[in-house]
Amino acid sequence: MELLEIVNTKLKEHFAGDIESAEQLYDYPVFTVNKDKVHDILKFLKEDETLNFHFLTDLCGMQTADEKQLGVIYHLHNMPKNYRIRLKTFFDINKPEVATATDLWPAANWMERETYDFFGVKFKGHPNLKRILNVDEMDIFPLRKEYPLEDQGRTDKKDEMFGR
Amino acid sequence: MSKKETTYSVNQEVIEEKEYSTLNLGPTHPATHGIFQNVLKMDGEIIHDAVPTIGYIHRAFEKLAERRPYAQITPITDRLNYCSSPINNMGWYMTVEKLLKAEIPKRAQYHRVIIMELSRIADHIICNSVIGVDTGAMTGFLYIFQWREKIYEIFEEICGARLTTNIGRIGGFDKEWSKKAWDLIDTFLKEFPKGLTEFSNLLERNKIFMDRTVNCGPISAERALAYSFVGPNLRAAGVDYDVRVMNPYSSYEDFTFTVPVGTQGDTYDRFMVRQHEMWQSLSIIEQAIKKMPAGAMHADLPDFFLPPKEQVYNNMEALIYHFKIVMGETDIPKGEVYHCVEGGNGELGFYLISDGGRTPFRLHFRRPCFIYYQAYPEMIKGIMLSDAILTMSSMNVIAGELDA
Repeated sequence: MELLEIVNTKLKEHFAGDIESAEQLYDYPVFTVNKDKVHDILKFLKEDETLNFHFLTDLCGMQTADEKQLGVIYHLHNMPKNYRIRLKTFFDINKPEVATATDLWPAANWMERETYDFFGVKFKGHPNLKRILNVDEMDIFPLRKEYPLEDQGRTDKKDEMFGR
Repeated sequence: MSKKETTYSVNQEVIEEKEYSTLNLGPTHPATHGIFQNVLKMDGEIIHDAVPTIGYIHRAFEKLAERRPYAQITPITDRLNYCSSPINNMGWYMTVEKLLKAEIPKRAQYHRVIIMELSRIADHIICNSVIGVDTGAMTGFLYIFQWREKIYEIFEEICGARLTTNIGRIGGFDKEWSKKAWDLIDTFLKEFPKGLTEFSNLLERNKIFMDRTVNCGPISAERALAYSFVGPNLRAAGVDYDVRVMNPYSSYEDFTFTVPVGTQGDTYDRFMVRQHEMWQSLSIIEQAIKKMPAGAMHADLPDFFLPPKEQVYNNMEALIYHFKIVMGETDIPKGEVYHCVEGGNGELGFYLISDGGRTPFRLHFRRPCFIYYQAYPEMIKGIMLSDAILTMSSMNVIAGELDA
């Protein structure tokens, strides 16, 4: 809880209107921020002397339950003080654009490509935004909820052919 | 190419006409130990640039996990870093337990520590002996690999599987380990130091080995942190970050061990960090056996722990639980957690979002080698092709984890 307050006060000082929520989920302070300001906030968190979140632990995408929004989730870490926080930002699924973090951490490169590959999030300013795990010819973003996995109860497939 | 002003005019023509050759290393090159493709731009035998292509064995784990009940996701985690699958299993269990806010008995936690350290040794044996093979020293590999075999025999005795273990349960273990398993562990603890010493004597101060590995594929601590390196690779660069110490899980705070740290971040340092970690792991296992507390092997989580058979046949409630567990019809509370463990090659994280159903809403694996493999082109720039192979094997990049 202590860390939540430290980071929250700092963020409120500099980005008063852009912090949509701040809460403690299990052992992680979680902040939801405005997508237009996410790059500035990351930069601030990385470069601020006391916070110094210098390590990008993880970056991944998600889709909200109503299927209307996509999100990007950053896990940041300050190793000397062992601070860990989670930063989230959400945007409309029809305009999935967010600023890249590759200029702050080169490690974000492939993680953003993976997020683009699976969710179709376009990271503005990314040096090489193309698919990474799936084939280049793929025209869908497979982790979106609009592509459900095959129904296990299907009867129109023949078992002897598909080996189920 | 435009003509530049230059002082060394004699050789200018030659330099400008220089052509690079393109070499396709992989995807199934025998030297790369897995399916990795690198399109190399070569200047003779010196690597000028590399473009890695990954995803050859992508199996859509994150999508698959969205339909599977929690217990059935464990076999998926086996197939991430398959050199140390028990660590992945335990990491996944601990993630779910964190979400359930379950209290795990100390006895089960200590058993987990033993299993995780055994698989760390197995993982490091593979990586280090393969570094030896890539420098041309096949002997060490042949001798040390029998110890990996012994570790797999222990796993086999505990859970019935060797490589993709699916060991334990959410909440602890299904039953007490057999006496044979403990005997195998005792024999291993007694005899492995001999084998490891032999392996160290063969390579650690070997002139040929050192000539090949010292200063081969180095990375500085700053670059390593920028590339989100973790585990032995980061520690070889001189950063003493170990999840077991920073965020202790499964009672790691009860044990005394040192975290070996390198200075150069080159292949030799990565090798040496792993060598020392094996000794530390041995000591942790010994401490865990010595301090082993009494108690239950499983937390009180009836939703995840199959009741004993005699109760299933005679007791309605037990039968219902049995059915629910087997069919995967157990609901999990809403919430989102991130849990990380120190895997064979670094911080292995599980980011789990649950919407309260029987399956995760979203599950993301933080796969250490997917993240640090992107530094590979930078690390091999300007070194020889054979050293690039060596660098790759010393980074412990596992194809299963890379491609998920």
